[in-house]
Amino acid sequence: MQAQTRLSWGWLQRLADFFPVFIAVLLAVITSAILLIALEADPFTAFSEMLGGAFGTENAFAETLVKSVPIMFVAIGITIAFRGGVVNIGGEGQMIAGALLGAAVTLGLGESVGWLVIPLALIAAFIGGGLYGAIAGFLKAYFDVNEILSTIMLNQVAVQLMNYLLNGPMLDPESAGMNHIPKTARIAEIAELPRLVIGFGDNALFDRTRLHWGLIIAIVLAVISYILLWRTVIGFRIRAVGQNERASRYAGFRVKQQIVLSMFLSGGMAGLGGAVQVLGLQYRLQTDGSPAGFTGSAGFNGIVAALFGGLNPLGAVPASVLFGGLLVGAQKMQRELGVPAAMITAINGIIVIFVVSSQIFIQRRMQRRAKLEIAAVEKNKFEDTAQETG
Amino acid sequence: MKARFLTLLVLVAALVIGMVIPAAAQDEIFRVAVVAPSATDDLAFSQSMYDALVAIRDEMGEDAFQFDFQDGTFVVDDAAVALRDWASSGEYDLIIAHGSQFGSVVEELAPDFPEVSFAWGTDVNTFGLDNVFAYTAAAEEGGYINGALAAEMTESGVIGVVGPIEVGDAKAYVDGFVAGAAATNPDVEVNVVYIQSFSDITLATEAANTHVENGSDILTGTAQMVVGPIAVALDDGIPWFGTQTSQAELAAESGMVFQVYDWVPMLNDIMAQIDEGVLGGTSYTITLENEGLVMEISEFAGMEDDAVEELQAKIDELTEGIVSGDIVIFPEEDMEATEESSD
Amino acid sequence: MLDEIFTASVFAATIRLATPYLFAALGEMYAQRSGLLNLGVDGIMLVGSFAGFYQVYQGGSLLEGVIAAMFVGALMGLAMAFISVTLKAEQGISGIGLYLFGLGMSELLFQSLLGTPRTVSGFPDIYIPGLSDIQFLGIGQIFFQHNLLVYVAFALVPISAFILNKTPFGLNIRAVGQMPAAADAMGVSVSRVRYITSTIGGAMAGLAGASLSIALIGAYQQNLTSGMGFIAVALVYFGAWRPYGVMAGALLFSFVNALQLQINVIGFDIPTEFTVMAPPIITILALVITSKSKEKPTELTKPFERGT
Repeated sequence: MQAQTRLSWGWLQRLADFFPVFIAVLLAVITSAILLIALEADPFTAFSEMLGGAFGTENAFAETLVKSVPIMFVAIGITIAFRGGVVNIGGEGQMIAGALLGAAVTLGLGESVGWLVIPLALIAAFIGGGLYGAIAGFLKAYFDVNEILSTIMLNQVAVQLMNYLLNGPMLDPESAGMNHIPKTARIAEIAELPRLVIGFGDNALFDRTRLHWGLIIAIVLAVISYILLWRTVIGFRIRAVGQNERASRYAGFRVKQQIVLSMFLSGGMAGLGGAVQVLGLQYRLQTDGSPAGFTGSAGFNGIVAALFGGLNPLGAVPASVLFGGLLVGAQKMQRELGVPAAMITAINGIIVIFVVSSQIFIQRRMQRRAKLEIAAVEKNKFEDTAQETG
Repeated sequence: MKARFLTLLVLVAALVIGMVIPAAAQDEIFRVAVVAPSATDDLAFSQSMYDALVAIRDEMGEDAFQFDFQDGTFVVDDAAVALRDWASSGEYDLIIAHGSQFGSVVEELAPDFPEVSFAWGTDVNTFGLDNVFAYTAAAEEGGYINGALAAEMTESGVIGVVGPIEVGDAKAYVDGFVAGAAATNPDVEVNVVYIQSFSDITLATEAANTHVENGSDILTGTAQMVVGPIAVALDDGIPWFGTQTSQAELAAESGMVFQVYDWVPMLNDIMAQIDEGVLGGTSYTITLENEGLVMEISEFAGMEDDAVEELQAKIDELTEGIVSGDIVIFPEEDMEATEESSD
Repeated sequence: MLDEIFTASVFAATIRLATPYLFAALGEMYAQRSGLLNLGVDGIMLVGSFAGFYQVYQGGSLLEGVIAAMFVGALMGLAMAFISVTLKAEQGISGIGLYLFGLGMSELLFQSLLGTPRTVSGFPDIYIPGLSDIQFLGIGQIFFQHNLLVYVAFALVPISAFILNKTPFGLNIRAVGQMPAAADAMGVSVSRVRYITSTIGGAMAGLAGASLSIALIGAYQQNLTSGMGFIAVALVYFGAWRPYGVMAGALLFSFVNALQLQINVIGFDIPTEFTVMAPPIITILALVITSKSKEKPTELTKPFERGT
């Protein structure tokens, strides 16, 4: 009986842990409503347009998922880096590095190896993104260079590198005339990630949409990353370094290698996200030359999703879907009501701040509960001994 | 952690369920939807299309013509969302993807919706599809005229060009400008800087300053970051030549001649075809000849009447030369970009 | 050849371009010396540059524009202090949040209030009598033909050095950044000092934005800063947390930028992608070189908890 009440209390307490995040979301919603009113738009209409635009129809939901795929990859990667004590803001650059190498392999192999080109391209992309991420990890570990700054700089370098390659050596030979945008040739059909259709026949879900197998790959990788982080020695070491660098050093871990490793894994995930955009969606690597021309800012949105997912690879999956929906829905809102989608960027910023700020309340709660639990255990011990003696 | 994960799942599920938008009924109105990379008021590429649609709506009236315009969508993926959303809604007679980066999206999307008409540009490729129109601008023509005029006007013999990235109609305009200047006066030095960004105004401004410091007494440029160079031209009191839309108001007394993209004739033709049941297959190039390109002399520059007349006469002469073929803009180059592709 | 590249105008452009970096980086330096990393500088610059521009566009004076920019900047700096000092949020990430907020907010304001790019006549160049005429080595042109904000930015360098090193307030800032527990024990309010430095940093980031929109460029468009704020944060590391170091960093960075433009204008045949790549790569190299600085505030990014 006593055990049962404790159980239900535990459930409630867990929900209470989540409460600050709810408050954060609520505050974000309220802020958006105020902004919308200031923009002379009806908040209720705007929100329902957003929801409808993101989840309202089969196609809308498919587009939300399509949008969330690269965010998911980056968010999983950023989660690994954050757990390893590295703040990776370089998702944009790592996506580009992965996509460049992945596209180069895909185009180079053509149809010569059949469908094997897909895994090979993905491996290349992982290595490409990983190595690009590892640069920042290396600089942090061995030269004490702030990784936030180095990754931001490396993002800029990657964009220029991509512009150069797509406008020069990797330019689609067919479009090399006067009027072209920076893009590679189209990949072979055998290298395309298949469309994802759930079910068969007329009732099949996501028929005639752009949803592709990248989603499944991302979810599988989320599970693998979860296992890696919490069920393997490698993951334990990464997290140990993230939690307490000094203690890890005393424990004999090679802290520097761990930092490089977590950035490699993190960058590799982002690189995969880039390649999946090429193989599953655009069928070529292309940009308009602007910094987010290829990535669509997934490298930045992945940060938001990773935080919102509680820095847990499994949490990153629904969080990315939520943010994908937010972005897709905002476009719909802009189309229907003329409210600039830039509002969503501002709201995203507010959400980041609120979620990060709410951590302190969660931590305080946990500390308090830990004290209470210790007290309870002590009390039980006392009672037990009292019973035994009595 | 687990609780948060579950709650998130619940949250997502709750959002998925229930939201269905009623589709609007079909009627006699010609509906157009456009997705464009920059703002409708970018004084450049996106605005040229927006202005054309507004002009058509003003002419036909709101009960005969309506359009939705999603601007600021430079990310290909976001544009794809909008395009697919419109296509699947079945509410639109014509869907325009206004940006050469959107081509691959149209190529994949159009076969899925054979009953919807698509138009995209700037490019000449209709992918061999019956429901895709393509359009492009022969930006080098106005570039040539601007270059020729600038070469006559310069006293220092140095002209500065601020470009974004060496692609698309930006490259066409700049190359045309250089060719026009060289053909008019081979001694004139045209300095071209591509700042590798469509948006970095600070760099564009400083590029313009660098031009001026290196002796340029005339400036030109293309893409939306030219706001910076225009401010430099105004500040230093030197002439500015523009392209894509009229930047006359912004450039005020510095503004000279602007190559304006006028998509109205092309759009009217596309609409007429759609009304007859032809959903695509044509590739358009707006040129000086078909009056899709219009050279406008700034009305805000405060030029004397006879100066304007003289300028107009020169423009007319050059236009005639280009239209008649007497002037070959790129003598040695293959004319691949301006060729009309027919399928 | 070399005299075509290293012209007086390149050095004048270097000075001019350094101004926004200098304002933002000096402000950020105060915050960082007190142990507070504000990564949202770019967002603050954006909102500040819009506020300043809009004020002037509406017919306000240039001074009012500067005040408006500094005011919204100070507000955002205050918000950052609340988030990272009172709520003890992770500073790196909340800075990114602040950046996203500023980026979105400035564009929202631009689209709903201005709609289209506009120009204003900004701060005019002031030719310092006598000095601006010096022909020797182009000194007049390089140093004495700039707008007011350029002079202010460079004047702030020695002023900041004085404040940090010679005043009780500066001592408090450094103490709070290096040994907050000791400072606290001596009766210095760690929170208050960090609130003040963050607000100063915000106001100066706002001023940096205004120095773009109503001085350097005289126009406004979306994302006017294109990431300058992040460079400014890097420059503080680069400058090893000292005002003169920050100035050296700002000058070097602007020099590379001015130089790559000049190289392209006079028509060197280097792909511009590579010259545009130079500034971020140089920044990374500089971060490597300066990372072992003694002046680095040991408590940077760490919230202060009394009794730990």
